[in-house]
Amino acid sequence: MAETRGELNVAIWRGAGEGRYQSYRVPLRESQTVLDVVTFVQRHLDPTLSYRFACRVGVCGSCAMTVNGRPRWTCRTHVASVAAGGRLEIGPLANLPVIKDLATDMRAFFEKWQQARGVFAPSKTRHDAIEQIRPDSAARMAADAAIECINCGVCHAACDTVRWNADYLGPAALNRAWSLVNDQRDAGNAARLRAVAASGGCHACHSHQSCQEHCPQALNPTASIAGLKRRTTVAYLKGELKG
Amino acid sequence: MAARHMHHRGNLLWIAALVHRLSGLALAIFLPLHFLALGLAIRGEAQLEGFLRWSDQPLVKFAEGGLVFLLTVHMLGGLRLLVIENLPWHDGQKQLASVAAAVSAVIALIFLARMF
Amino acid sequence: MNVGRYIWQRATAAIMLPLVLLHVAVIFYATRQGMTAADILARTRGSIVWASVYGAFVVAAAVHVSIGVRNVLTEWSPLKDRGAGVLANAFGLVLLALGLRAVAAVVL
Repeated sequence: MAETRGELNVAIWRGAGEGRYQSYRVPLRESQTVLDVVTFVQRHLDPTLSYRFACRVGVCGSCAMTVNGRPRWTCRTHVASVAAGGRLEIGPLANLPVIKDLATDMRAFFEKWQQARGVFAPSKTRHDAIEQIRPDSAARMAADAAIECINCGVCHAACDTVRWNADYLGPAALNRAWSLVNDQRDAGNAARLRAVAASGGCHACHSHQSCQEHCPQALNPTASIAGLKRRTTVAYLKGELKG
Repeated sequence: MAARHMHHRGNLLWIAALVHRLSGLALAIFLPLHFLALGLAIRGEAQLEGFLRWSDQPLVKFAEGGLVFLLTVHMLGGLRLLVIENLPWHDGQKQLASVAAAVSAVIALIFLARMF
Repeated sequence: MNVGRYIWQRATAAIMLPLVLLHVAVIFYATRQGMTAADILARTRGSIVWASVYGAFVVAAAVHVSIGVRNVLTEWSPLKDRGAGVLANAFGLVLLALGLRAVAAVVL
């Protein structure tokens, strides 16, 4: 058991859309993460606390929450780096309905993913030759730069345009759409460009860059969305979109 | 009480976006007034002259300096967005946003300096 | 915001980049000490160049402002796209009318 180095005052959101912050006192430990804190509360202080996690090591994206006002992966956020003056405030991820306490309803997030056609559309069968893809082609490099998204929802929570515009597909969905637009094997680009050119699509983005600022994978949805803006503009001017 | 989700608003690019939006709104409100003032010339130069002399007051000149700042900062901020959207990505957006604000402030200050 | 309005807003923004620079220069020139309305109007009256450049500026601004205002209304007010569109377009028309009137006032 790690040595205790004092106590932490933690305020954790309890309830759903309406509720309150409830305070707990948690022993401060070396190399403690915010997820460790939430887990301690649930196991030792209050078993009624609801929260999500899985891998605990920063590869699954399940544990994203609002920590002192910013959306972060709690398993990769050290208490020492965020708890100024021994205080910590933990809430559910923003811009999504809250099911209970720290668990949000991610359905809207994934529905927007589908709406943006963030799904690979195959163009070949197993009977066709394997597609030759040059890893240094401009398109493949663009796709690779955007591909490591694990759908954690942090960018979606950080984005003010998501908050202001209920129709906005959001940075994650659009970033994935961009990676597929650049995938030479994909056959679904006509429909995909129409989807991201619709109201609430890429043109609703104001390039605030909150997504890029907060992405734990260091992805850049702002740049991806800028790429979609260029592609849809060209398609529109060529008459390839229904407008 | 609803959960507090005020993510860090001290972020420079958030402030830049807010300045861009608010300056646009302010200019949008100002424009009809500007057009009406210029339209005074329809009734002959005496009307316009009267308005121009009214606008010689220091307080009005300060407001005009403010408007010069708003116009320049909105344009430079918009230029930064056009670059983001149409040219290859460049990091250093925070620096560019700061430069845009600084240049606008300098131009507005030069405008004011000439007045007095 | 859809692709059509996006293109119009960005295009008018690009068109206005040199026009705003020109306008700031004009502002500096016109606010020199001792410049009267007569001095200003002597330079603008009968000028085809002035009429064309500032006429274009007014048209671009009216389009640009109306789209921008529409975005702000849909995001910051309870209005939905249709209502915001009506208000924004009306405002754009007001700007167009007053702006072209102002250009005519100093040119004719």
